[in-house]
Amino acid sequence: MKMLTGILTPTSGSVRVVGRDPSRQRTRLARDIGVVFGQRTTLWWDLPLRDSLSLTRHLYRVPADVHAERLAELTELLELEPFLDTPVRQLSLGQRMRGDLTAALLHAPPLLVLDEPTIGLDVVSKSTIREFLLRINRERGTTILITTHDLGDVERLCDRVIVIDKGRLAFDGGLPELRATVPTPRVLVVDLAAPAPAIEVEGAVTVRVDGPRQWLELADNPARVISRVTAGHEVADLTLREPDIEGVVSALYRGAAPNESRV
Amino acid sequence: MVETPTRVRATGNPLVHAAGAVLRPVQDYHRLAWIWVRAFAQYPASLLLMSLAVTVSVLAQVGAVVIVFGHAGTLAGFTVYEGLMVFGLAASAFGVADMFMGAVERLGSHIRAGSFDAMLVRPVSPLVQLAADEFSPRRLGKVVPALVVLGIALANIDVEWTPGRVLLLPVMMLSGVLICGAIWVATACLQFFVANAREAANSLTYGGQALSEYPLAIYGREIVRSVTYVVPLAFISWQPALLVLDRPDPLGMPEALRHAGPVIAVLACTGAALLWRFGLRHYRSTGS
Repeated sequence: MKMLTGILTPTSGSVRVVGRDPSRQRTRLARDIGVVFGQRTTLWWDLPLRDSLSLTRHLYRVPADVHAERLAELTELLELEPFLDTPVRQLSLGQRMRGDLTAALLHAPPLLVLDEPTIGLDVVSKSTIREFLLRINRERGTTILITTHDLGDVERLCDRVIVIDKGRLAFDGGLPELRATVPTPRVLVVDLAAPAPAIEVEGAVTVRVDGPRQWLELADNPARVISRVTAGHEVADLTLREPDIEGVVSALYRGAAPNESRV
Repeated sequence: MVETPTRVRATGNPLVHAAGAVLRPVQDYHRLAWIWVRAFAQYPASLLLMSLAVTVSVLAQVGAVVIVFGHAGTLAGFTVYEGLMVFGLAASAFGVADMFMGAVERLGSHIRAGSFDAMLVRPVSPLVQLAADEFSPRRLGKVVPALVVLGIALANIDVEWTPGRVLLLPVMMLSGVLICGAIWVATACLQFFVANAREAANSLTYGGQALSEYPLAIYGREIVRSVTYVVPLAFISWQPALLVLDRPDPLGMPEALRHAGPVIAVLACTGAALLWRFGLRHYRSTGS
């Protein structure tokens, strides 16, 4: 991430971001990208948010009227109004993150680089920010590059996923392909009318029993397995669970052999 | 959504382009400094007290100079007023450099806090951002009394003020400021490689100021040589003083040195700029 934004000079290899070499053209590149670090602010700690943003306008040379218009728009979208005059150090993490996003977008960059933007945020702030990102991606066509350990971000936001494991590329592709890469079976959760010994049917393996509830890993078409289960047992309820992306990624990290053609 | 392009296209005129390259950092510095002045101005009492505290410390130093020369009568052939001129030249050059560039010594803490990374992703020279950070008018508390002392000293020394001398003085003072600024930046660059190099840097910045506030002839020959040829502190107050007083060098160093100030200043700034670039290229950041 730091090489992509020009902070670090690569020791070998080369990088190009929106057509520029980040370490050589760092200042020029800075005008075409917006950067947000989840762990630290790019705002001025002791200044009110409004001053920080107006300083940003000067540094990025955005005309005053354009700035005012964009600020009004972002203020509305991200609900900044209540804390625009609060010094940045007094903002909550969620408020600060919204302030940082605003600062990164006031010069309308075609590329927004987000380094763990949802780290440490509460559920409401997270979803506000995800909705906002989806919106600017859709309406402005802003490309968003995001690094995250929160796989909820990935499931909600990403069209293309790159998994990096110990500095090596482990996967690059879309979300459905990522799911298909690692054979994580779907799970059928069966609630029986009464506790019973583990169900034994063809095409599924019972992996867990907890009272009347049993978990079956599917190896066959779910419809067929379901009909076999209902044929032999009295079933109160059935749920089919898709493997979540977390399981897929951790399987990838554990080194479950991914499908050759995808890597 | 608003989609007006914010890019300012460089015009074909190379002169306009060059002017922009020089003016932009100045404008950016001004913007950044101004917002800090405004922030500090919200607490006027605190600002005033801090300025006064700085002024008092300068006056204490002036007192020390007067006492030392008062007891000795002359020191290395310098009278009280001539000594005060040396002091005034050094203190004003360091004061002005400190006001505009002194904040670069906080590079290490910016690196640790990650705020230096934030400076690097803005389209403004990180050196400008670093130098303008927390720009405080309280540093005028150092510059103003130093200039007053210099003024008093110049009015009382026995020198014929030819137009040449009058013109030379501001040139020498500007060179002094540039040399001090270059020392500040160069020593700050150490912090790219050594995390807590600030104290080491201060031995040269503030230590250098203390050293050059007295006629260098009172120090040993080796010290004077090293502050002439290694760290060019001698060109901040000592050589300009010899030039103004038109006095032979008590240590017998070449007389041409006293005219070298501007050249040394340009060399020092170039060196500092190269060091800064080198440091930036090898910047490792923190965390991942």
